[in-house]
Amino acid sequence: MCSADNADNSALLLEQVNQALQYATPLRIQGANSKFFLGRNVAGQVLDTRGHRGIVSYDPTELVITARCGTPLVELVQVLEQAGQMLPCEPPSFGDATVGGMLASGLSGPRRPWAGALRDYVLGTRVITGHGKHLRFGGEVMKNVAGYDLSRLMAGSYGALGVITEVSLKVLPKPRQCLSISLELDPQRALLRLAEWGRQPLPISAACHDGQRLHLRLEGGEGSVMAAHERLGGERLDTSFWTQLNEHQLSFFDQDQPLWRLSLPNNTAQLALPGGQLIDWGGAQRWLKSDADASFIRTAATEVGGHATCYSHAVVDSPFQPMPDTLMRYQRNLKQQLDPRGIFNPGRLYAEL
Amino acid sequence: MNILYDERVDGALPDVDQGLLLRTLHTRLPDLEVLHQREELKPYECDGLSAYRTTPLLVVLPRHLDEVQGVLRICHELRVPVVARGAGTGLSGGALPLEKGVLLVMARFNKILHIDPDARTARVQPGVRNLAISQAAAPFGLYYAPDPSSQIACSIGGNVAENAGGVHCLKYGLTVHNLLKIDILSVDGEYLSLGADALDSPGFDLLALFTGSEGMLGVITEVTVKLLPKPQTAKVLLAAFDSVEKAGHAVAAIIAAGIIPAGLEMMDNLAIRAAEDFIHAGYPVEAQAILLCELDGVEADVHDDCNRVRQVLEQAGASEVRQARDEDERVRFWAGRKNAFPAVGRLAPDYYCMDGTIPRRMLPVVLQAIAGLSMHYNLRVANVFHAGDGNMHPLILFDANQPGELERAEALGGKILELCVKVGGSITGEHGVGREKINQMCAQFNSDELTLFHAVKAAFDPGGMLNPGKNIPTLHRCAEFGAMHVHMGQLPFPELERF
Repeated sequence: MCSADNADNSALLLEQVNQALQYATPLRIQGANSKFFLGRNVAGQVLDTRGHRGIVSYDPTELVITARCGTPLVELVQVLEQAGQMLPCEPPSFGDATVGGMLASGLSGPRRPWAGALRDYVLGTRVITGHGKHLRFGGEVMKNVAGYDLSRLMAGSYGALGVITEVSLKVLPKPRQCLSISLELDPQRALLRLAEWGRQPLPISAACHDGQRLHLRLEGGEGSVMAAHERLGGERLDTSFWTQLNEHQLSFFDQDQPLWRLSLPNNTAQLALPGGQLIDWGGAQRWLKSDADASFIRTAATEVGGHATCYSHAVVDSPFQPMPDTLMRYQRNLKQQLDPRGIFNPGRLYAEL
Repeated sequence: MNILYDERVDGALPDVDQGLLLRTLHTRLPDLEVLHQREELKPYECDGLSAYRTTPLLVVLPRHLDEVQGVLRICHELRVPVVARGAGTGLSGGALPLEKGVLLVMARFNKILHIDPDARTARVQPGVRNLAISQAAAPFGLYYAPDPSSQIACSIGGNVAENAGGVHCLKYGLTVHNLLKIDILSVDGEYLSLGADALDSPGFDLLALFTGSEGMLGVITEVTVKLLPKPQTAKVLLAAFDSVEKAGHAVAAIIAAGIIPAGLEMMDNLAIRAAEDFIHAGYPVEAQAILLCELDGVEADVHDDCNRVRQVLEQAGASEVRQARDEDERVRFWAGRKNAFPAVGRLAPDYYCMDGTIPRRMLPVVLQAIAGLSMHYNLRVANVFHAGDGNMHPLILFDANQPGELERAEALGGKILELCVKVGGSITGEHGVGREKINQMCAQFNSDELTLFHAVKAAFDPGGMLNPGKNIPTLHRCAEFGAMHVHMGQLPFPELERF
């Protein structure tokens, strides 16, 4: 089958990589470029992955879908939806994201603390390596511990370790019942309640405090969702709230100040930082709009065991939080081993990678 | 082909002066407990894969992390290979010692450092037993989800090194899904912290890479795991089928109905009979296959799902569906399954447990092929299967005292694993490659893929001193193995010299 929706373009991608290897030409690997604002600029020749696209296989009873890197994420989500299934980690689309970019950035949506991150759903990948080979790691089975887990390593690698051409993901049935509510609680009390509820078998699958109210999504069987609703009370909330949150469409994300993402232990108290804050992931992810110094924000995050990423383009030289020297040395060793010519998205994550 | 370290195909190891090493350890780490006499070393000759044994050069039993660091530094300076070991329950020989290497036993690091009920995390030392974490978390209504069958004895450090699974993986994931952070010591004794107390950390995901890396990249010194609230209730259904195919279809039908059971296990007739004789779980011994389906969660949901699953099972042609009436019966249903290995062990002097995974739809084909192989090698095979996630544990029965039977069992096991690869699966779902499946890695990965694995190793341990010979075979080993196993008329690794 070969239509616009389905094309195996891997031979061409491989040829382009081999050419780049020959001349040590840096490549800027690019799908829809929907996450251009994340990471550092890459000065390199664009390698467009969108021609290599289509669902390669999907059997709902196996709970596995395999898609080529250029497949639009919305298309993948639609195919799953038709079978009553979903990618539980809810990777954001930011418009027209591709499956390859989804994996390379490794981002997850509101369900993340309860359902796991994108990397948790990766079962296998095909990758064009820095040695000019098109290789397969992992597979389409739920459990596979043969060799090193290079597939999961690709999640969040920002293309710096190779060109991801295909990915196999574990998927799950959509919950039978889904209901969203919002409660009148200040952020501090909301965080305390969330910690308390987290120890109980409640069907919470998203929790966000927008500065005014605590928004909760309840998902599961009819019985548990209704019982939780009865117990927690609150007003009904339109479920589109979660998509708007995930896609940064809430008015909070209208940018007048640099946007920061703080990844923190979920039970961290409200941080005293200048600017507006929005709490997601039941406390484990905080969005901050602030003109404060990068080092000030990062110190605050580090002190409580977290880290901060700048989500506004070209505001700071290192949008991802600098890491300890020893750790950076091993990250560099790994990059050096897998991309010895340094052609894959050099500098996107860090100047040194 | 011999499974013990063979310098000819696995790579030369440096010759070590045992006396010099002992003196150096005594001088620089006077309090470190070191075993070096033959009779002291004996108990450490093997891990859970007891058919293969090697006496280590020395065994060290540190009590403090600075001793672990000291051992690694000394071994690095003197170029001595180091094999780390937890509780020694691994089933693939991942902690099999080396004659020319030090065995670093981490079992004494058995303290639970902190349980944080609000963050729902436990920070523990690597020698803490898997079950001990859940026990310590129980007063807060929390538990640690991965439950390998050795959970009473196996240590969390080993669980991380092997990416251990269990019977609840489909719903709750493997070890990798339940970790937040690990501290490790590198081959030259440097500390690294991978992951974070937050849900993610910047840079490449080395936590994912280290999980399941079988002690090849670093030594784990501390582990922070996620804890989950204990499900309110758990119910088990037992369904009997007159054919394995029907049971296989029933599994797919449960998933298709949108239900993810906490556990979904299948046993074939030989395994059913063995378990029933041993445990008296009340299994229907005439059935060709049984399914055990556990549903957990909130009472109301579990009740509804039980009814749905019962319907699905009946429609799929189950000859009988029983729901455990009470907690006692639920535990008994599980006891049969959890004791399936020792139960089958009573049928023959020895058994060999395999660990392949397959796409679930291939189950009937694979079971039929296993039956054929069983006839061909004239050895009985019982099948126990984590049906939900496609992880099979065929148990090959043999008698090691009969000349040639161990070799036949190994050959049959190898064929089963290659069959798993052929249908799109993997040679190991949860036990790891270790030394046991080192040859079958050559069937699952080509030389370019193996070369990349070696490159990953080189990023962390360029001298190859951590657990040499495990997990990833050398290309020479594969060339030699390939020479014996020619697939479909094609020699793997045609570019390599053959010996």
